[in-house]
Amino acid sequence: MLDLGLDVLFKGSNMLRLLQGLWVAMQISLVSIAVSMPLGILCGGLMTMKNKLVRFIFRVYLEIIRIMPQLVLLFIVYFGSTRVFGWNLSGETASVIVFVLWGTAEMGDLVRGALISIPKHQYESSEALGLSKIQTYRYIIIPQTVRRLIPLAINLITRMIKTTSLVLMIGVVEMLKVAQQIIETNRMTSPNAAFGVFLVVFILYFLACWPISMLAKYLEKRWR
Amino acid sequence: MNWDFIAEYLPMYERAAILTVKLGVIGIVFAILVGLICAMIQYHKIPVARQIVAVYIELSRNTPLLVQLFFIYYGLPKLGANLSPEVCGIIGLAFLGGSYMAESFRSGLETIAPIQRESALSLGMTNRQAMQYIILPQAVSMSVPAFVANVIFLLKETSVFSAISLMDLMFTAKDLIGLYYKTIESLFLLVVFYLIILLPVSILGSLLERRMRHAGFGS
Repeated sequence: MLDLGLDVLFKGSNMLRLLQGLWVAMQISLVSIAVSMPLGILCGGLMTMKNKLVRFIFRVYLEIIRIMPQLVLLFIVYFGSTRVFGWNLSGETASVIVFVLWGTAEMGDLVRGALISIPKHQYESSEALGLSKIQTYRYIIIPQTVRRLIPLAINLITRMIKTTSLVLMIGVVEMLKVAQQIIETNRMTSPNAAFGVFLVVFILYFLACWPISMLAKYLEKRWR
Repeated sequence: MNWDFIAEYLPMYERAAILTVKLGVIGIVFAILVGLICAMIQYHKIPVARQIVAVYIELSRNTPLLVQLFFIYYGLPKLGANLSPEVCGIIGLAFLGGSYMAESFRSGLETIAPIQRESALSLGMTNRQAMQYIILPQAVSMSVPAFVANVIFLLKETSVFSAISLMDLMFTAKDLIGLYYKTIESLFLLVVFYLIILLPVSILGSLLERRMRHAGFGS
Protein backbone atom coordinates (compact mmCIF):
# COMPACT_ATOMS: atom_id res chain seq x y z
CA MET A 1 0.00 0.00 0.00
CA LEU A 2 1.08 3.55 -0.64
CA ASP A 3 2.68 5.01 2.47
CA LEU A 4 0.98 8.31 3.16
CA GLY A 5 2.96 8.96 6.31
CA LEU A 6 -0.14 9.31 8.45
CA ASP A 7 1.31 6.99 11.11
CA VAL A 8 3.55 9.72 12.59
CA LEU A 9 0.47 11.55 13.78
CA PHE A 10 -0.35 8.72 16.13
CA LYS A 11 3.12 8.58 17.63
CA GLY A 12 3.40 10.11 21.06
CA SER A 13 1.48 13.34 21.39
CA ASN A 14 1.97 14.53 17.84
CA MET A 15 -1.70 15.00 17.05
CA LEU A 16 -2.22 16.89 20.29
CA ARG A 17 0.74 19.15 19.48
CA LEU A 18 -0.74 19.93 16.07
CA LEU A 19 -4.03 20.87 17.69
CA GLN A 20 -2.20 23.04 20.20
CA GLY A 21 -0.56 24.75 17.25
CA LEU A 22 -3.96 25.43 15.78
CA TRP A 23 -5.07 26.76 19.15
CA VAL A 24 -2.17 29.25 19.16
CA ALA A 25 -3.31 30.56 15.77
CA MET A 26 -6.93 30.66 16.95
CA GLN A 27 -5.96 32.54 20.11
CA ILE A 28 -4.14 35.20 18.12
CA SER A 29 -7.10 35.65 15.82
CA LEU A 30 -9.70 35.58 18.62
CA VAL A 31 -7.87 38.20 20.67
CA SER A 32 -7.41 40.36 17.58
CA ILE A 33 -11.06 40.01 16.65
CA ALA A 34 -12.23 40.86 20.16
CA VAL A 35 -10.18 44.05 20.10
CA SER A 36 -10.75 45.07 16.50
CA MET A 37 -14.54 44.63 16.44
CA PRO A 38 -15.37 47.51 18.81
CA LEU A 39 -12.55 49.63 17.37
CA GLY A 40 -13.81 48.88 13.86
CA ILE A 41 -17.36 49.86 14.75
CA LEU A 42 -16.07 53.13 16.18
CA CYS A 43 -13.94 53.65 13.11
CA GLY A 44 -16.82 52.94 10.76
CA GLY A 45 -19.05 55.36 12.65
CA LEU A 46 -16.40 58.07 12.41
CA MET A 47 -15.98 57.40 8.70
CA THR A 48 -19.60 58.29 8.04
CA MET A 49 -19.26 61.59 9.89
CA LYS A 50 -19.75 64.83 8.02
CA ASN A 51 -16.35 66.14 9.13
CA LYS A 52 -14.12 65.96 6.04
CA LEU A 53 -10.83 65.86 7.96
CA VAL A 54 -11.87 62.88 10.11
CA ARG A 55 -13.09 61.04 7.01
CA PHE A 56 -9.87 61.81 5.18
CA ILE A 57 -7.67 60.54 8.02
CA PHE A 58 -9.54 57.26 8.24
CA ARG A 59 -9.57 56.89 4.49
CA VAL A 60 -5.77 57.17 4.41
CA TYR A 61 -5.40 54.72 7.29
CA LEU A 62 -7.71 52.25 5.59
CA GLU A 63 -5.98 52.48 2.22
CA ILE A 64 -2.50 52.10 3.69
CA ILE A 65 -3.47 49.02 5.68
CA ARG A 66 -5.40 47.48 2.84
CA ILE A 67 -2.91 47.90 0.05
CA MET A 68 -0.06 46.23 1.91
CA PRO A 69 0.05 42.44 2.11
CA GLN A 70 -0.46 41.36 5.72
CA LEU A 71 2.92 39.68 5.66
CA VAL A 72 4.58 43.01 4.89
CA LEU A 73 2.76 44.57 7.85
CA LEU A 74 3.95 41.72 10.05
CA PHE A 75 7.52 42.31 8.89
CA ILE A 76 7.24 46.04 9.49
CA VAL A 77 6.00 45.59 13.04
CA TYR A 78 8.16 42.61 13.95
CA PHE A 79 11.46 43.67 12.35
CA GLY A 80 10.99 47.37 11.64
CA SER A 81 9.32 48.76 14.75
CA THR A 82 11.63 46.84 17.07
CA ARG A 83 14.62 48.32 15.27
CA VAL A 84 13.32 51.88 15.19
CA PHE A 85 11.96 52.07 18.73
CA GLY A 86 14.35 49.61 20.28
CA TRP A 87 11.67 47.67 22.13
CA ASN A 88 11.23 43.95 22.29
CA LEU A 89 8.23 42.30 20.73
CA SER A 90 7.44 38.62 20.78
CA GLY A 91 6.11 37.20 17.53
CA GLU A 92 2.71 36.76 19.18
CA THR A 93 2.46 40.39 20.29
CA ALA A 94 3.59 41.65 16.90
CA SER A 95 0.98 39.53 15.16
CA VAL A 96 -1.80 40.66 17.50
CA ILE A 97 -0.82 44.30 16.82
CA VAL A 98 -0.91 43.74 13.06
CA PHE A 99 -4.18 41.83 13.12
CA VAL A 100 -5.82 44.48 15.28
CA LEU A 101 -4.68 47.22 12.90
CA TRP A 102 -5.85 45.23 9.90
CA GLY A 103 -9.07 44.01 11.49
CA THR A 104 -10.00 47.53 12.60
CA ALA A 105 -9.52 48.85 9.08
CA GLU A 106 -11.54 46.05 7.49
CA MET A 107 -14.25 46.14 10.12
CA GLY A 108 -14.43 49.92 9.84
CA ASP A 109 -14.99 49.64 6.13
CA LEU A 110 -17.69 47.00 6.61
CA VAL A 111 -19.48 49.18 9.16
CA ARG A 112 -19.21 52.20 6.89
CA GLY A 113 -20.60 50.17 3.99
CA ALA A 114 -23.48 48.89 6.08
CA LEU A 115 -24.30 52.35 7.40
CA ILE A 116 -24.36 54.08 4.02
CA SER A 117 -26.37 51.22 2.54
CA ILE A 118 -29.33 52.31 4.71
CA PRO A 119 -31.40 54.50 2.39
CA LYS A 120 -31.80 58.14 3.38
CA HIS A 121 -35.57 57.87 3.56
CA GLN A 122 -35.24 55.66 6.61
CA TYR A 123 -33.78 58.58 8.53
CA GLU A 124 -36.33 60.98 7.08
CA SER A 125 -39.32 58.76 7.76
CA SER A 126 -38.35 58.21 11.37
CA GLU A 127 -37.88 61.94 11.79
CA ALA A 128 -41.30 62.50 10.26
CA LEU A 129 -42.71 60.03 12.77
CA GLY A 130 -41.33 62.22 15.53
CA LEU A 131 -38.51 59.95 16.70
CA SER A 132 -35.56 61.67 18.30
CA LYS A 133 -32.06 61.22 16.95
CA ILE A 134 -31.25 58.56 19.56
CA GLN A 135 -34.52 56.75 18.95
CA THR A 136 -33.89 56.77 15.22
CA TYR A 137 -30.58 55.00 15.68
CA ARG A 138 -31.82 52.74 18.46
CA TYR A 139 -34.94 51.43 16.73
CA ILE A 140 -34.44 52.03 12.99
CA ILE A 141 -30.86 52.30 11.83
CA ILE A 142 -28.86 50.03 14.14
CA PRO A 143 -31.11 46.94 13.83
CA GLN A 144 -30.93 47.15 10.05
CA THR A 145 -27.20 47.81 10.03
CA VAL A 146 -26.51 44.92 12.35
CA ARG A 147 -28.36 42.51 10.10
CA ARG A 148 -26.27 43.50 7.14
CA LEU A 149 -23.11 43.59 9.17
CA ILE A 150 -23.08 40.31 11.08
CA PRO A 151 -22.59 37.92 8.13
CA LEU A 152 -19.79 40.11 6.80
CA ALA A 153 -18.17 40.35 10.22
CA ILE A 154 -18.28 36.56 10.57
CA ASN A 155 -16.58 36.27 7.21
CA LEU A 156 -13.89 38.59 8.49
CA ILE A 157 -13.29 36.14 11.35
CA THR A 158 -12.57 33.28 8.93
CA ARG A 159 -10.30 35.53 6.91
CA MET A 160 -8.44 36.38 10.07
CA ILE A 161 -8.04 32.74 11.10
CA LYS A 162 -6.71 31.95 7.64
CA THR A 163 -4.31 34.87 7.74
CA THR A 164 -2.88 33.78 11.08
CA SER A 165 -1.07 31.03 9.18
CA LEU A 166 1.34 33.80 8.16
CA VAL A 167 2.67 34.21 11.70
CA LEU A 168 4.85 31.21 10.95
CA MET A 169 7.04 33.60 8.96
CA ILE A 170 7.88 35.73 12.00
CA GLY A 171 8.74 32.76 14.14
CA VAL A 172 5.56 32.04 16.07
CA VAL A 173 5.23 28.32 16.73
CA GLU A 174 1.79 27.55 15.35
CA MET A 175 0.33 24.58 13.52
CA LEU A 176 2.49 24.75 10.38
CA LYS A 177 5.66 25.10 12.44
CA VAL A 178 4.68 22.14 14.61
CA ALA A 179 3.96 20.19 11.43
CA GLN A 180 7.42 20.98 10.12
CA GLN A 181 8.97 19.91 13.42
CA ILE A 182 7.08 16.61 13.37
CA ILE A 183 8.16 15.94 9.79
CA GLU A 184 11.79 16.77 10.53
CA THR A 185 11.93 14.51 13.59
CA ASN A 186 10.50 11.56 11.71
CA ARG A 187 12.49 12.10 8.52
CA MET A 188 14.27 8.70 8.85
CA THR A 189 11.45 6.49 10.07
CA SER A 190 8.67 7.92 7.97
CA PRO A 191 9.97 9.76 4.90
CA ASN A 192 6.51 10.34 3.49
CA ALA A 193 5.29 12.18 6.57
CA ALA A 194 5.22 15.52 4.71
CA PHE A 195 2.24 14.36 2.69
CA GLY A 196 0.14 13.06 5.55
CA VAL A 197 0.96 15.77 8.05
CA PHE A 198 0.37 18.68 5.69
CA LEU A 199 -2.82 17.03 4.50
CA VAL A 200 -4.03 16.88 8.10
CA VAL A 201 -3.03 20.53 8.62
CA PHE A 202 -5.02 21.42 5.52
CA ILE A 203 -8.06 19.53 6.81
CA LEU A 204 -7.78 21.04 10.29
CA TYR A 205 -7.72 24.57 8.90
CA PHE A 206 -10.72 23.67 6.79
CA LEU A 207 -12.59 22.29 9.80
CA ALA A 208 -11.81 25.44 11.76
CA CYS A 209 -13.04 27.85 9.09
CA TRP A 210 -15.77 25.97 7.27
CA PRO A 211 -18.46 25.95 10.00
CA ILE A 212 -17.93 29.68 10.54
CA SER A 213 -18.32 30.54 6.88
CA MET A 214 -21.35 28.25 6.64
CA LEU A 215 -22.91 30.20 9.51
CA ALA A 216 -22.19 33.47 7.71
CA LYS A 217 -23.78 32.14 4.53
CA TYR A 218 -26.83 30.93 6.44
CA LEU A 219 -27.34 34.24 8.21
CA GLU A 220 -26.88 36.15 4.98
CA LYS A 221 -29.59 34.12 3.32
CA ARG A 222 -31.94 34.29 6.27
CA TRP A 223 -31.66 38.00 6.87
CA ARG A 224 -31.77 39.12 3.28
CA MET B 1 18.55 55.63 6.00
CA ASN B 2 21.57 54.41 4.06
CA TRP B 3 21.00 55.38 0.43
CA ASP B 4 24.12 53.62 -0.86
CA PHE B 5 22.76 50.37 0.47
CA ILE B 6 19.43 51.04 -1.22
CA ALA B 7 21.12 51.82 -4.53
CA GLU B 8 23.24 48.71 -4.27
CA TYR B 9 20.38 46.32 -3.64
CA LEU B 10 17.80 47.96 -5.88
CA PRO B 11 18.50 45.56 -8.78
CA MET B 12 17.96 42.60 -6.46
CA TYR B 13 14.54 43.93 -5.53
CA GLU B 14 13.77 44.60 -9.17
CA ARG B 15 14.42 40.97 -10.04
CA ALA B 16 12.31 39.87 -7.10
CA ALA B 17 9.49 42.22 -8.10
CA ILE B 18 9.55 40.88 -11.65
CA LEU B 19 9.28 37.34 -10.30
CA THR B 20 6.37 38.36 -8.03
CA VAL B 21 4.54 40.04 -10.89
CA LYS B 22 5.25 37.21 -13.33
CA LEU B 23 4.00 34.47 -11.03
CA GLY B 24 1.12 36.65 -9.89
CA VAL B 25 -0.07 37.37 -13.42
CA ILE B 26 0.23 33.78 -14.62
CA GLY B 27 -1.48 32.53 -11.47
CA ILE B 28 -4.30 35.05 -11.82
CA VAL B 29 -4.85 34.14 -15.50
CA PHE B 30 -5.21 30.50 -14.52
CA ALA B 31 -7.42 31.49 -11.60
CA ILE B 32 -9.71 33.36 -14.00
CA LEU B 33 -9.89 30.31 -16.26
CA VAL B 34 -10.69 28.00 -13.35
CA GLY B 35 -13.20 30.53 -12.05
CA LEU B 36 -14.97 30.86 -15.40
CA ILE B 37 -15.22 27.11 -15.82
CA CYS B 38 -16.56 26.66 -12.29
CA ALA B 39 -19.05 29.51 -12.66
CA MET B 40 -20.32 28.07 -15.95
CA ILE B 41 -20.71 24.62 -14.44
CA GLN B 42 -22.69 26.07 -11.56
CA TYR B 43 -24.76 28.34 -13.78
CA HIS B 44 -25.79 25.51 -16.07
CA LYS B 45 -26.28 23.18 -13.08
CA ILE B 46 -24.36 20.31 -14.68
CA PRO B 47 -24.86 17.28 -12.43
CA VAL B 48 -21.85 15.70 -10.62
CA ALA B 49 -19.46 18.38 -11.94
CA ARG B 50 -21.51 20.88 -9.98
CA GLN B 51 -21.05 19.00 -6.71
CA ILE B 52 -17.33 18.66 -7.36
CA VAL B 53 -17.10 22.40 -7.97
CA ALA B 54 -19.02 23.12 -4.76
CA VAL B 55 -16.62 20.97 -2.73
CA TYR B 56 -13.61 22.56 -4.42
CA ILE B 57 -14.87 26.06 -3.69
CA GLU B 58 -15.44 25.30 -0.01
CA LEU B 59 -12.03 23.62 0.32
CA SER B 60 -10.12 26.40 -1.33
CA ARG B 61 -11.96 29.29 0.33
CA ASN B 62 -11.61 27.90 3.82
CA THR B 63 -7.90 27.17 3.86
CA PRO B 64 -4.98 29.60 3.76
CA LEU B 65 -2.74 29.80 0.70
CA LEU B 66 0.31 29.07 2.83
CA VAL B 67 -1.11 25.71 3.89
CA GLN B 68 -2.11 24.90 0.31
CA LEU B 69 1.40 25.73 -0.89
CA PHE B 70 3.05 23.62 1.81
CA PHE B 71 0.87 20.70 0.82
CA ILE B 72 1.64 21.12 -2.89
CA TYR B 73 5.34 21.82 -2.45
CA TYR B 74 6.31 19.44 0.37
CA GLY B 75 3.45 16.95 0.38
CA LEU B 76 2.77 16.07 -3.23
CA PRO B 77 6.39 15.11 -4.15
CA LYS B 78 6.02 12.21 -1.72
CA LEU B 79 3.47 10.79 -4.12
CA GLY B 80 5.87 11.27 -7.00
CA ALA B 81 4.73 14.64 -8.30
CA ASN B 82 7.90 16.71 -8.33
CA LEU B 83 7.15 20.31 -9.10
CA SER B 84 9.43 23.34 -9.25
CA PRO B 85 8.66 26.10 -6.73
CA GLU B 86 7.48 28.37 -9.55
CA VAL B 87 4.96 25.81 -10.78
CA CYS B 88 3.84 25.19 -7.19
CA GLY B 89 3.28 28.87 -6.66
CA ILE B 90 1.21 29.16 -9.82
CA ILE B 91 -0.83 26.07 -9.00
CA GLY B 92 -1.43 27.33 -5.47
CA LEU B 93 -2.53 30.75 -6.66
CA ALA B 94 -4.79 29.24 -9.31
CA PHE B 95 -6.27 26.84 -6.74
CA LEU B 96 -6.99 29.60 -4.26
CA GLY B 97 -7.98 32.25 -6.81
CA GLY B 98 -10.18 29.95 -8.86
CA SER B 99 -12.81 29.75 -6.16
CA TYR B 100 -12.76 33.50 -5.46
CA MET B 101 -13.08 34.24 -9.17
CA ALA B 102 -15.85 31.65 -9.51
CA GLU B 103 -17.81 33.31 -6.72
CA SER B 104 -17.47 36.76 -8.25
CA PHE B 105 -18.54 35.52 -11.70
CA ARG B 106 -21.39 33.52 -10.22
CA SER B 107 -22.76 36.48 -8.29
CA GLY B 108 -22.43 38.52 -11.48
CA LEU B 109 -24.42 35.95 -13.41
CA GLU B 110 -27.03 35.76 -10.67
CA THR B 111 -27.79 39.48 -10.86
CA ILE B 112 -28.91 39.10 -14.47
CA ALA B 113 -32.68 38.64 -14.32
CA PRO B 114 -34.08 35.51 -16.04
CA ILE B 115 -36.17 37.81 -18.22
CA GLN B 116 -33.01 38.82 -20.08
CA ARG B 117 -32.37 35.27 -21.17
CA GLU B 118 -36.00 34.59 -21.94
CA SER B 119 -36.27 37.74 -24.03
CA ALA B 120 -33.13 36.81 -25.95
CA LEU B 121 -34.51 33.34 -26.63
CA SER B 122 -37.86 34.70 -27.74
CA LEU B 123 -36.03 36.99 -30.17
CA GLY B 124 -34.82 33.82 -31.81
CA MET B 125 -31.32 33.71 -30.38
CA THR B 126 -29.79 30.34 -29.65
CA ASN B 127 -28.66 29.51 -26.13
CA ARG B 128 -25.10 30.24 -27.11
CA GLN B 129 -25.95 33.60 -28.62
CA ALA B 130 -27.99 34.59 -25.60
CA MET B 131 -25.01 33.76 -23.39
CA GLN B 132 -22.49 35.48 -25.63
CA TYR B 133 -24.31 38.69 -26.49
CA ILE B 134 -26.82 39.23 -23.69
CA ILE B 135 -25.88 37.54 -20.45
CA LEU B 136 -22.08 37.51 -20.36
CA PRO B 137 -21.50 41.18 -21.21
CA GLN B 138 -23.85 42.25 -18.44
CA ALA B 139 -22.60 39.67 -15.97
CA VAL B 140 -18.98 40.60 -16.57
CA SER B 141 -19.61 44.26 -15.91
CA MET B 142 -21.61 43.42 -12.79
CA SER B 143 -18.76 41.34 -11.40
CA VAL B 144 -16.05 43.92 -12.06
CA PRO B 145 -15.84 45.27 -8.48
CA ALA B 146 -15.47 41.81 -6.96
CA PHE B 147 -13.10 40.83 -9.74
CA VAL B 148 -10.79 43.78 -9.12
CA ALA B 149 -10.83 43.10 -5.39
CA ASN B 150 -9.84 39.50 -6.11
CA VAL B 151 -6.97 40.49 -8.36
CA ILE B 152 -5.54 42.77 -5.66
CA PHE B 153 -6.13 40.10 -3.02
CA LEU B 154 -4.30 37.49 -5.10
CA LEU B 155 -1.37 39.80 -5.85
CA LYS B 156 -1.08 40.42 -2.12
CA GLU B 157 -1.25 36.72 -1.40
CA THR B 158 1.84 36.13 -3.56
CA SER B 159 3.80 37.46 -0.58
CA VAL B 160 3.70 33.98 0.98
CA PHE B 161 5.63 32.50 -1.95
CA SER B 162 8.84 33.11 -0.02
CA ALA B 163 7.86 30.18 2.21
CA ILE B 164 8.47 27.73 -0.64
CA SER B 165 11.90 29.25 -1.33
CA LEU B 166 10.89 31.46 -4.22
CA MET B 167 13.10 34.55 -4.35
CA ASP B 168 10.26 37.03 -4.25
CA LEU B 169 10.15 40.44 -2.54
CA MET B 170 9.51 39.03 0.94
CA PHE B 171 12.34 36.55 0.55
CA THR B 172 14.75 39.28 -0.55
CA ALA B 173 13.76 41.55 2.33
CA LYS B 174 14.11 38.82 4.92
CA ASP B 175 17.42 37.77 3.42
CA LEU B 176 18.86 41.27 3.58
CA ILE B 177 17.62 41.81 7.13
CA GLY B 178 19.30 38.60 8.16
CA LEU B 179 22.54 39.22 6.26
CA TYR B 180 23.29 42.90 6.87
CA TYR B 181 20.89 43.91 9.65
CA LYS B 182 19.77 46.83 7.46
CA THR B 183 16.18 46.46 8.60
CA ILE B 184 14.88 49.94 7.77
CA GLU B 185 16.34 50.05 4.29
CA SER B 186 15.17 46.55 3.42
CA LEU B 187 11.64 47.19 4.65
CA PHE B 188 11.54 50.58 2.92
CA LEU B 189 12.41 48.97 -0.41
CA LEU B 190 9.89 46.20 0.26
CA VAL B 191 7.06 48.66 0.85
CA VAL B 192 8.05 50.81 -2.14
CA PHE B 193 8.10 47.84 -4.49
CA TYR B 194 4.78 46.51 -3.28
CA LEU B 195 3.30 49.97 -3.77
CA ILE B 196 4.72 50.08 -7.30
CA ILE B 197 3.01 46.78 -8.05
CA LEU B 198 -0.28 47.28 -6.20
CA LEU B 199 -1.11 50.98 -6.50
CA PRO B 200 -1.58 51.04 -10.30
CA VAL B 201 -3.84 47.99 -10.09
CA SER B 202 -5.86 49.57 -7.32
CA ILE B 203 -6.24 52.90 -9.14
CA LEU B 204 -7.03 51.23 -12.45
CA GLY B 205 -9.55 49.07 -10.62
CA SER B 206 -11.43 52.00 -9.12
CA LEU B 207 -11.50 53.77 -12.50
CA LEU B 208 -12.89 50.64 -14.13
CA GLU B 209 -15.42 50.27 -11.34
CA ARG B 210 -16.64 53.82 -11.83
CA ARG B 211 -17.07 53.22 -15.56
CA MET B 212 -18.91 49.95 -15.05
CA ARG B 213 -21.27 51.30 -12.40
CA HIS B 214 -23.88 52.28 -14.96
CA ALA B 215 -23.62 49.08 -16.94
CA GLY B 216 -26.32 47.17 -15.10
CA PHE B 217 -29.56 47.10 -16.98
CA GLY B 218 -32.98 46.76 -15.45
CA SER B 219 -31.67 46.03 -11.98
